[in-house]
Amino acid sequence: MTNLKKILAGALCLCMAGSMLTACGSDDDSSSKSGANGGVDSKAAEEAKSVGPLVLTKAETATQNVEGNEASQKTLKIYTWNDEFKNRFRKYYSEYDAEASGYSVDEAGNDVVGDHEYLKDGTEVVWVTTPSDNNAYQDKLDTDLAAQADSEDKIDMFLIEADYALKYVNGPYVMPVKEVGLTDEDLADQYTYTQQIATDANGDLEAVSWQATPGLFAYRRDIAKEVLGTDDPTEVQAMLSDWTKFDEVAAKMKEAGYFMLSGYDDAYRTFSNNVTSTWVNANMEIVIDDNLMTWVEQTKKYTDEGYNNGTSLWSDQWNADQGSEGKVFGFFYSTWGVNFTLAGNAEDNAGKKDGLYGQYAVCEGPQAYYWGGTWLCAAAGTDNKDTVADIMRQLTCNKDTLVQITKDTQDYTNTVSGMEELAADFSSEFLGGQNHIALFSKTAPNIDMSNAGPYDQGLNETFQAKMKDYFLGTVDLDTALSNFYSAAIEKYPELKKPE
Amino acid sequence: MASNYVKRKSISYAKWGYIFILPFFVVFIIFQLIPLASTIYNSFFENYLILGTTQVGPNFVGFDNYKTLFDASSELPKYLGNTFILWIAGFIPQIVFSLLFASWFTDLRLKLKTGAYKVIFYLPNVIMAAAMGMLFFTMFSQNGPINSIYMSITGSESPYLFFDHVGSQRFVIALINFLMWYGNTTIMLMAAINGIDPSLYESAQIDGASPARTFTDITLPLIRPILLYVLVTSLIGGLQMYDVPQIITKNGEAMNRTSMTVIMYLQKHLFSKNYGMAGALSVILFIVAAVLSLLVFFLMQERDTKKKKKKGGRK
Repeated sequence: MTNLKKILAGALCLCMAGSMLTACGSDDDSSSKSGANGGVDSKAAEEAKSVGPLVLTKAETATQNVEGNEASQKTLKIYTWNDEFKNRFRKYYSEYDAEASGYSVDEAGNDVVGDHEYLKDGTEVVWVTTPSDNNAYQDKLDTDLAAQADSEDKIDMFLIEADYALKYVNGPYVMPVKEVGLTDEDLADQYTYTQQIATDANGDLEAVSWQATPGLFAYRRDIAKEVLGTDDPTEVQAMLSDWTKFDEVAAKMKEAGYFMLSGYDDAYRTFSNNVTSTWVNANMEIVIDDNLMTWVEQTKKYTDEGYNNGTSLWSDQWNADQGSEGKVFGFFYSTWGVNFTLAGNAEDNAGKKDGLYGQYAVCEGPQAYYWGGTWLCAAAGTDNKDTVADIMRQLTCNKDTLVQITKDTQDYTNTVSGMEELAADFSSEFLGGQNHIALFSKTAPNIDMSNAGPYDQGLNETFQAKMKDYFLGTVDLDTALSNFYSAAIEKYPELKKPE
Repeated sequence: MASNYVKRKSISYAKWGYIFILPFFVVFIIFQLIPLASTIYNSFFENYLILGTTQVGPNFVGFDNYKTLFDASSELPKYLGNTFILWIAGFIPQIVFSLLFASWFTDLRLKLKTGAYKVIFYLPNVIMAAAMGMLFFTMFSQNGPINSIYMSITGSESPYLFFDHVGSQRFVIALINFLMWYGNTTIMLMAAINGIDPSLYESAQIDGASPARTFTDITLPLIRPILLYVLVTSLIGGLQMYDVPQIITKNGEAMNRTSMTVIMYLQKHLFSKNYGMAGALSVILFIVAAVLSLLVFFLMQERDTKKKKKKGGRK
């Protein structure tokens, strides 16, 4: 009995101490960072008299105060938010030591690896994976990159997405691609837009991608046949070629008991990529583009009429809507979405090619757009520069590897000539034999990223969240808009509501 | 033999008392007092990051952060209201069920074997709040089990969107809080009731008092100190409610922020590492918690002293 009491008392003491530790979460460690000076030049913003797009300047690359230690030199540390790049890296990087890493692919198509992964020269590969949700990935990245200069354990590489690429491209923590060791010759075959977005204010390329991400509209062949009388992509495209026609088809779908789209945000990218101004102007004011208001109008109509299923992107129901239980006609998806997300959701059993496998087809849809894409950055201060250069060269510049990736995974890769060759003769089993590469290669050169900015992700997310209240009828449009402004300024105190 | 010891000076054990309580104060000062002071200090500065890289401040701005929070357009009162609603909606069923179970389990005449129940009641509290949130989010989601049951009972074609209605969203949050904490409260109240002298109940029974009467006139007044403790801890915990609504409401944005608590609002300011605003908000929350706790404490205290005076008067 006394023993029990002692144990109990001990446990209580621990609990008490533990609960105290949790109270100290929000301490500040910011003062050390004040030297860094990247991103937005506030002086330039003040001086600009005519209101144009936000003026960006390139921050000076952070100087490293300490060298990486021996252990760090033998470790390749890569920051990422999901498994997409890991799959590519393990399968297609020639220096990856599959045997020592215990790498294999299981029946469902998932990677199986041992506790430690290695390259052939014995370097250990360490992945630091933080999901993007609620900005967690960028928070982690910002904190660790800020500490890089004084850390002996160096980050070698990190991945970024199109929506916030400019934040890092113009920030102080990236090593320019040329400095890493890639030449113009290496980069010649890549799509221009993939380099445009990753080029900093001084004109230096800071990041490279293995993919290009033009968007398409993926639809269910069985529903198309039933409601529209045909599943041929050319004929379906003719019925969806502009928004008026798109709305007409939506009404037909509703009559037949189907939904045109799954949720509120499905069509968002087609509008947000065709804007005429950036989110933030030179006066640091938030600008809501007219095209986004068109999206609001359309989605409100779709919600009121019951043309969509009321889901949100990435929610359980949204994923389920893409499987055989779903009643949704189509999804706006870009290249990676088709092979990485839709293909997985369409199958009833992972890897079994059942369910809706082969039941989807793609067409251009009403408007050209792009969505996402992953870029590789070399971290300033990396102590494995040559390895990083080799990875970049092999996975983003080597035509043979890239063509092979497309053949194996149906991903659309960043080689103009390779994709044109493939487009001549390609057939996707998942899309019921359709040659979607030909479609992508037609739309890819038209991608325009000139209105992309560093605030895109945060403001897109906030805008979608605040407009949902309006779609549901919780608040009216004016309230929703003013809620959007205040939530945006909460996120970014430096921004202003336009007068 | 004994006389040898008597001659020795008396030994003071007082220092051991101080040594034993020292760890508490060291931990308290390092992890509570210093962060508290630095939070208050930070609340007077403009201090945030632009796009994760460019530091603004810290510039001394006096009470500007507080002014923004008490501005006419500020939504702070709304979030305080949300927090209170969510807390009270969970607390009322919690205290009712806890009192009921505690009085049943301690009733000698019912002869219940309570060991297993105590463990089962307490179990939800062992699970991390965020995990409970995820679990209920999946259960009540559009294609979750609750909706399959709902659709098969009512024959409805479309699921009920629990998280797209203010009431049902708050209901789910309150339900989780209730399920997580009623076991804890039950065990605490049982300890309190067990501490009551059984002879009081016996004599009441002999006098013919009904169980309801013994409950209201013996049990409730005698467990008042523990009830006060439960109320105050729950109140402070409720003010700091964060993880459950955060997960249920998608970072608080859902339904025009009607389930957004103060701590969730605070978290919004940490997106740009806005320590000034977050600090000011923390200080306000600290003051609110302190005032409420003191209020509850003195209200209960006052009644005690009045009663004592009366009794004294009669003698």
